Amino acid sequence: MLEKALYGDKKYWAWVIFLLVLIGVGSVFYIMQLVKGLTVTGMSRDVSWGFYIAQFTYMVGVAASAVMLVLPFYFHDVKKFENLVILGEFMAIAAVIVCLGFIVVDLGQPQRLFNVVLHPTPNSILFWDMIVLNGYLLLNIVVGWTNLHAEYKRLPHPSWIKPVAYLSIVWAFSIHTVTAFLYQGLPGRHYWLTAIMAARFLASAFCSGPAILIILALIVKKVAKYDPGKEAIQTLAKIIVYAMIANVFFFLLEVFTAFYSGIPGHQHPMIYLFSGMHGANALVGWMWLMSLCGIASLVILIPPRFRNHSELLVIGLVLLVAATWIDKGLGLVVGGFIPNPFEAITEYGPTGPELMISVMVYATGLLVLTVLWKVAIAVKKETGRA
Amino acid sequence: MDNKRRTFLKFAGVAAALGAGGSVPLTLRAAYAPEQEQYKQDRDALTATRWGMVIDMRKFTSEEDFERCIEACHSVHNVPDQQLPKQKQKVMWIWTDHYEHAFPSSHNPYLAERVEHKDFLLLCNQCDNPPCVRVCPTKATFQREDGIVQMDFHRCIGCRYCMAGCPYGSRSFNFCDPAPYVQEKNADFPTRMRGVVEKCNFCVERLEEGLQPACVEAAPEGGMFFGDLDDPNSEVRRVLRENFSIRRKVELGTNPCVFYIV
Amino acid sequence: MYDGGKIIPGLVIFLILLTFPFWFNIGQAAYEQPELQMPDEETQCIEPTEWMRANHMELLDVWRDMAVREDKPTYVSSRGETMEISLQKTCMSCHTNQAEFCDKCHTSAAVSPYCWDCHVAPEEVSDGQ
Repeated sequence: MLEKALYGDKKYWAWVIFLLVLIGVGSVFYIMQLVKGLTVTGMSRDVSWGFYIAQFTYMVGVAASAVMLVLPFYFHDVKKFENLVILGEFMAIAAVIVCLGFIVVDLGQPQRLFNVVLHPTPNSILFWDMIVLNGYLLLNIVVGWTNLHAEYKRLPHPSWIKPVAYLSIVWAFSIHTVTAFLYQGLPGRHYWLTAIMAARFLASAFCSGPAILIILALIVKKVAKYDPGKEAIQTLAKIIVYAMIANVFFFLLEVFTAFYSGIPGHQHPMIYLFSGMHGANALVGWMWLMSLCGIASLVILIPPRFRNHSELLVIGLVLLVAATWIDKGLGLVVGGFIPNPFEAITEYGPTGPELMISVMVYATGLLVLTVLWKVAIAVKKETGRA
Repeated sequence: MDNKRRTFLKFAGVAAALGAGGSVPLTLRAAYAPEQEQYKQDRDALTATRWGMVIDMRKFTSEEDFERCIEACHSVHNVPDQQLPKQKQKVMWIWTDHYEHAFPSSHNPYLAERVEHKDFLLLCNQCDNPPCVRVCPTKATFQREDGIVQMDFHRCIGCRYCMAGCPYGSRSFNFCDPAPYVQEKNADFPTRMRGVVEKCNFCVERLEEGLQPACVEAAPEGGMFFGDLDDPNSEVRRVLRENFSIRRKVELGTNPCVFYIV
Repeated sequence: MYDGGKIIPGLVIFLILLTFPFWFNIGQAAYEQPELQMPDEETQCIEPTEWMRANHMELLDVWRDMAVREDKPTYVSSRGETMEISLQKTCMSCHTNQAEFCDKCHTSAAVSPYCWDCHVAPEEVSDGQ
């Protein structure tokens, strides 16, 4: 089946070569980082996690979001998701690969990565993150590929896939809960030390991931003439709206706790993010942009008349992705480290090399996605299902 | 592909996987297994069941008092003393800050004058319940039996989870190779390489030789005490009995073992 | 053979590349053990030379774990000598010249251990680095 990725028109190959160029250029910067050390990034003694880990966090959410299709389709037999599920599962694979990529580029000694396996440490959440992420990758590869291959052979899905799919449903919730646990168990970081972190992560994941999926699926509809079905997209959009409402609501709950209690430790990160502290205000613009995008996306996506209109849907989803990305991919990690344990502020901004290395990781994920979706779409078209 | 060939390939694949997987535990076991009697503790070493430190801030009166301790520590341990390319990425094992920054939960707008603008000597608190040990995925940061939170620089993968976990900001990451920025290297102690996290180690290498930690030795008379918190007759316990002491961020449950007499 | 015109030459090229190390070195001298600079005072290492040659890597690994992780910084050699476990202070107190001793064999065996990324070699200090 994989050979289907080798047959494509000029636009397809132009896209693949473009991605390979991005990966190549990014690799040069990564080699520079390997030689010089992480000093090429904008991280500091105070903000010791930055853009890489923030992207990792966001993409774990995107990976987990496949469950929003897998759960209805396999567990509740929602047949209309038939041609969308495989795209979701394959997007999950690409997203997990991006996550693993961001972890590797963030490590100070990446060649020692295997130490996490050689010296298992169950009390460390990072150990469990390694396990659940790799397990999820394996589950999605098995479920997605097996079912696609069955369709390719014009056979029904094998019966043993059902329990594996159910496992992947539970596992999807676990990967993002474990990632949230990375943050919410640290005693010194008050922006993160909240029980609702895991719930926030899941809500944000279940709206942003499917939103990205719909946007990519609509692109692919134009480019590869593959229609996953208007009803499927509209049902998924409904799920996205509810998840986004929960996401915004959870965030407002945090704002209430911080400001009604008046506890400085809880307030200061939010004050820094939304209005700046001691003259440091690098993220204020971003956070208000996030709020605007978030509200605007809900204004567009809640009323059915807007949501079912295909162009407005895309605008609403793009605004949603922007809002969730700024929240998790920028505000979350930096807000946890600022102010530092001494109430001082060291601001953070990603450097050029840092961004280029991130482009390399994202391009790798997009390449994996392109190849997998090419195969899936080719099989679906061949078997007359789309 | 006919069924017999397919079955053979499946069988061969499983056998290869089992063989490769089975050989992993065999290779992980050290081929060289030394007898344990060959390794032992040093006769001269200082020992304790729970090391602790008391810093009497009243004895630190001038800037030089602090600088001597910092210089003693950083020079013995090859901590870069020259300016790194990015100051915000500096490495420090011991440093100073004001009361309201060191003890933010005891903020007092009408603080006694003698404390208000005073510098406090800050270092790793060598917590009894250390969050950094809890979060390290490789046990590169681990707690010894005598309570010291030690770092194994050979095993550290540089994930910096420990830095996120430490509530006291005691840990530094080597964003670049520190060796070129160490003016005079101490030949008896290694440097670190880029990509690993480091922090105060309560001078375990000096304890092994029966010496007090470098900062304790360099401190002004009666400024710092170091000893066994579990021994009721030790000097640190005596000093703690006789003077009121505070610790940093106690409400977090880390149980820090560095005490400050204010 | 289907596509035989491409397969046979391909196999031949592959075999030539595979056996490159063998036919390229025909007529050249066999591996020569490098000349190492021996320490001035001591004539015996902490363990017999042949044993050290084969096992110093694993010895150092175990030393590291014993000294750093197990809090057992003293080693008793097979000859009954007690010494401190330290690359810088014990091994390199006799083998002071990293370039003339350690690097010679490592370079010819194409091994690059990263010991000296951290551990300070004695000449480094005396050279004022």
